[in-house]
Amino acid sequence: MKYGYFPGCSLTSSAKEYDISLRKVIDKLGISFDEINDWSCCGATSAHVTNHKLSTALAMRNIMLAEQQGLDNIIAPCAACYNRLIISQNEIGKHTGIRKETEDLLSVKFKKDVKVFNILELFLKSGLNKIIENRKRELSELKAACYYGCLLVRPAAITKFDDAEEPESMEKIVEATGADTVDWNYKTECCGAAHSIARRDIVVDLSKKIIDDAITHGANVMVVACPMCHTNLDMRQRAMKRKYPDHKEFPVLYLTELIGLSLGMDEKELGIDLHYTNFKYADTLLNNSAKG
Amino acid sequence: MSRKADEIMAADTLKDAKKLQASFISTEPFQESSKEKEKEKDNNKLFHIHERNVSDEISERTFQDVSLCYQCGKCSAGCPVRYYMDIAPNKVVRFIQLGYYEEALKSETPWLCAGCLACSVRCPKEFDLAKFMDAVREIAIEKGVEIKQENILKFHKAFLDQIKNHGRSYEVGLVAEYKMKTLDLFQDVDSAPGMFLKGKLDLLPHNIKNRKEIKSIFKKTSGKK
Repeated sequence: MKYGYFPGCSLTSSAKEYDISLRKVIDKLGISFDEINDWSCCGATSAHVTNHKLSTALAMRNIMLAEQQGLDNIIAPCAACYNRLIISQNEIGKHTGIRKETEDLLSVKFKKDVKVFNILELFLKSGLNKIIENRKRELSELKAACYYGCLLVRPAAITKFDDAEEPESMEKIVEATGADTVDWNYKTECCGAAHSIARRDIVVDLSKKIIDDAITHGANVMVVACPMCHTNLDMRQRAMKRKYPDHKEFPVLYLTELIGLSLGMDEKELGIDLHYTNFKYADTLLNNSAKG
Repeated sequence: MSRKADEIMAADTLKDAKKLQASFISTEPFQESSKEKEKEKDNNKLFHIHERNVSDEISERTFQDVSLCYQCGKCSAGCPVRYYMDIAPNKVVRFIQLGYYEEALKSETPWLCAGCLACSVRCPKEFDLAKFMDAVREIAIEKGVEIKQENILKFHKAFLDQIKNHGRSYEVGLVAEYKMKTLDLFQDVDSAPGMFLKGKLDLLPHNIKNRKEIKSIFKKTSGKK
């Protein structure tokens, strides 16, 4: 199946490595993408918290473009984009007033239902066996805390693919790479999201709690599937260190980077060197065997 | 929050609360000042029916009745940012239910809500509180209420300005505009240069082709409802 691709703004800038690793991985797994032509921002948090009409129109413009391009299934790797797209689709499906308002704004009539998938659904649907078949590197030294954040699994009535409180789909993918996963409490606890700039203090506190819980439960790496979560959990560790001097750097990987590692790609190729925290699989091996 | 409002909030049932509210003669509805409206207010002490009320407005915009909420407080108990808020999220709903619109619209709580949706999926009445908060913020902006968490609003405006101009987010422009608006020049000085060095931030924006369409969407949605 050919997917439409909606990268979203973060994947062209602060989350470049997510885009780089995703493209490398799906290429290796034989999945193909068509990027949506001239896509625009989904409106993100800023639109829906200030202007509902605007947020629906910005999100639906991309669905309109996908439809015009003949793409029935699209992948939105950014959890926030995914959430805005499916919520907007759900609203125009349920409320004829919003549908008409949005169609008027975009001068379009929505004809079919373009299906939007998140990154977990992509690998669950068409990649799990392929990952296992193509594994080149042993990752069993990795104890991963799978962090879903908020927007992949909520609201469950609309996302309809995993449990909102106790999701397990990412664990299935991570285990397919050969890495181990840990049971922990903060899989779906909020990292502070869009407050990263205006209220960094909140983000630092919330993200610190998440990292600490992962460490307490024996994780040596965190795996995420959202650029905003990654920024807060990875880049904000410097601010964390200032506020909590005993904080120890903890590596945070995108799910696609972990898959790439298992497929035999190296850290640099996957863009892992673009992170703020250091991660070298060889180091993890050394540390673990030193402890053992 | 006033003592009277506190008493009303503590009432056991909605009926008791409304009785208490009626007994406080100085109850002031939101944004009502002229003499004519004062008169009208006397006739309608219990409900502020003299203008389209905020409660109905929110119910209509969110497609859910504000009175659905029976104040169990589960939302506030599990809210990750409750600690930073001035009043608990369920209390914002209570204020709206009781007609204390000003207390609700001036609260910092809706602005600090991170939109994580934990409350919305946990609510025993399936009341989508995150969506309710969206509507409260939207109405607060439309009514020109003073936003105490002004940096959060400035951030959202700066973010949307990038979309309006380029069609996509432009982080350098966003940070520059945010810093100009807030004069908070020193935050992030440690992370921004790193992002440049790593080649993550582009100096130039990614302009989409059909920026005209984006500008038109912004223009058509900018008016008050």
